[in-house]
Amino acid sequence: MSNVQDYTSRLSDPASRKMGTFSYLPEMDDAQIRKQVEWIVKHGWNPAIEHTEPQFAKSNYWYMWKLPMFGETDVDTILAELKACHEANPDNHVRLIGYNNYTQSQGANMVVYRGTPV
Amino acid sequence: MAKTYDAGVKEYRSTYWEPDYTLKDSDILAVFKVIPQPGVSREEAAAAVAAESSTGTWTTVWTDLLTDLDYYKGRAYAIEDVPGSDEAFYAFIAYPMDLFEEGSVVNVFTSIVGNVFGFKAVRSLRLEDVRFPLWFVATCFGPPHGIQVERDKMDKYGRPLLGCTIKPKLGLSAKNYGRAVYECLRGGLDFTKDDENVNSQPFMRWRDRFLFCQEAIDKAEAETGERKGHYMNVTAPTMEEVYKRAEFAKELKTPIIMSDYLTLGWAAHNSLSKWCRDNGLLLHVHRAMHAVMDRNPNHGINFRVLAKMLRLLGGDHLHSGTVVGKLEGDREATLGWIDLLRDRHIKEDRSRGIFFDQDWGAMPGVFPVASGGIHVWHMPALVSIFGNDSVLQFGGGTLGHPWGNAAGAAANRVALEACVQARNEGRELEKEGKEILTNAAKHSPELKVAMETWREIKFEFDTVDKLDTQHR
Repeated sequence: MSNVQDYTSRLSDPASRKMGTFSYLPEMDDAQIRKQVEWIVKHGWNPAIEHTEPQFAKSNYWYMWKLPMFGETDVDTILAELKACHEANPDNHVRLIGYNNYTQSQGANMVVYRGTPV
Repeated sequence: MAKTYDAGVKEYRSTYWEPDYTLKDSDILAVFKVIPQPGVSREEAAAAVAAESSTGTWTTVWTDLLTDLDYYKGRAYAIEDVPGSDEAFYAFIAYPMDLFEEGSVVNVFTSIVGNVFGFKAVRSLRLEDVRFPLWFVATCFGPPHGIQVERDKMDKYGRPLLGCTIKPKLGLSAKNYGRAVYECLRGGLDFTKDDENVNSQPFMRWRDRFLFCQEAIDKAEAETGERKGHYMNVTAPTMEEVYKRAEFAKELKTPIIMSDYLTLGWAAHNSLSKWCRDNGLLLHVHRAMHAVMDRNPNHGINFRVLAKMLRLLGGDHLHSGTVVGKLEGDREATLGWIDLLRDRHIKEDRSRGIFFDQDWGAMPGVFPVASGGIHVWHMPALVSIFGNDSVLQFGGGTLGHPWGNAAGAAANRVALEACVQARNEGRELEKEGKEILTNAAKHSPELKVAMETWREIKFEFDTVDKLDTQHR
């Protein structure tokens, strides 16, 4: 058994909580976040930003950061809003959404800044 | 002008072969692959199929004249060669709307794949595709929830969902089975699944299984902060028993149950699907028995028809084949029917075996489920083939991990997310798959071990049911 590794997720450890798509990968750096924003813009989806205290992450409704950026295609503008939301709420999860209004669903939804586990 | 009665046997083609017929938007269209008996012409065989699947009988009867058969008879309107075959041909048949009961998949198929399949004038017969007109689609029930609603209920976006069938499929006690479920879910899967033949055997009664599995779901949700489900199989010998098990699943507040639509029966499945919409449970659909009907390339019903039928009957997930795993599945044909399950409007595309345009109106889509003999090395191809709106299920590919189910689940989740991330970055998954996975494994010892375990496994048997264009 010495070569079998334990799976260390714990109910008692807030760091074990995940947060949807890409939360099993290392946190994205700025260049990686940019690529994901480009993916949303390329599809014509409407970018939106939401954030929450990590202990309330299970709710369907996180706080909206302002309003969805309908029709926004400038990647730098979107990145700047993500940064602004993160700086105003440094301990919160901040997620980037791409609203697909044709399917009435979210084509993309990913946490790009991870909050402080509580 | 009134017709006169003329008793006796007429050639079918005099009544049922109408090459000049103008198709109506309201017609149900069908294409059959026909191999006639020697000496029977193509026109006569096609007309015979049209007759025997609609109003015809072998001899003229006087009561035919009490009605106007133009409103009820099927018409063979076109004949085409089958590429790669000297003896088979395609017969295109149009059925008028008056022939069918609204909203009844059962009624449509009782006609068009009824007695005609045992008819002596044809040696073999295969229903290749059916165009359901919008009036019929709109009178059917459709998926209880559909893809968007399931994404909202389960809170999962921007990627395929991940599942796993619990193995060994038969013989575990309920508590041990629940353990296997818990380990998979805490490791990062969205769903686990009862096998199709797990119902309520003596070694594990359904009620015990549901209770232990729900505890596994609840704990894994608390631990990971993500929503989880286990497809609780409510397939049972009677509808009373099906509803009893479904009601109990609802009491447990479990998100999803499952059924085997072909062995349960179409009317029974339709009823269960309505129950699921009324009660807010998602419905996963397994297709046990499909290969009896769809595998023989010359006789039976093509799976694309069974898939369309399921969308009409209702289901939120349907097994569709993997293309790359251990089970039968031609790539282009599979791409064709996964679009028929998910999209709103699908164009005729012979290169994918689609013979007719199909408009689903506002009917929700069904998640195709890729399951059977797949593991982490298949992930780049699966994400590329199936796209986001799919459920990828790794049974042995999760449970067979040397460190156990949780590690196996984590390996699959990391591989999936790495592929989705790379795809979004504009990389070509099927070309760069190895590099993408190898890079992701640097941060995931679970994935690294999974890649070492399954590296050499391949399934490379030839497909039996190929598209006709590929036979030669």
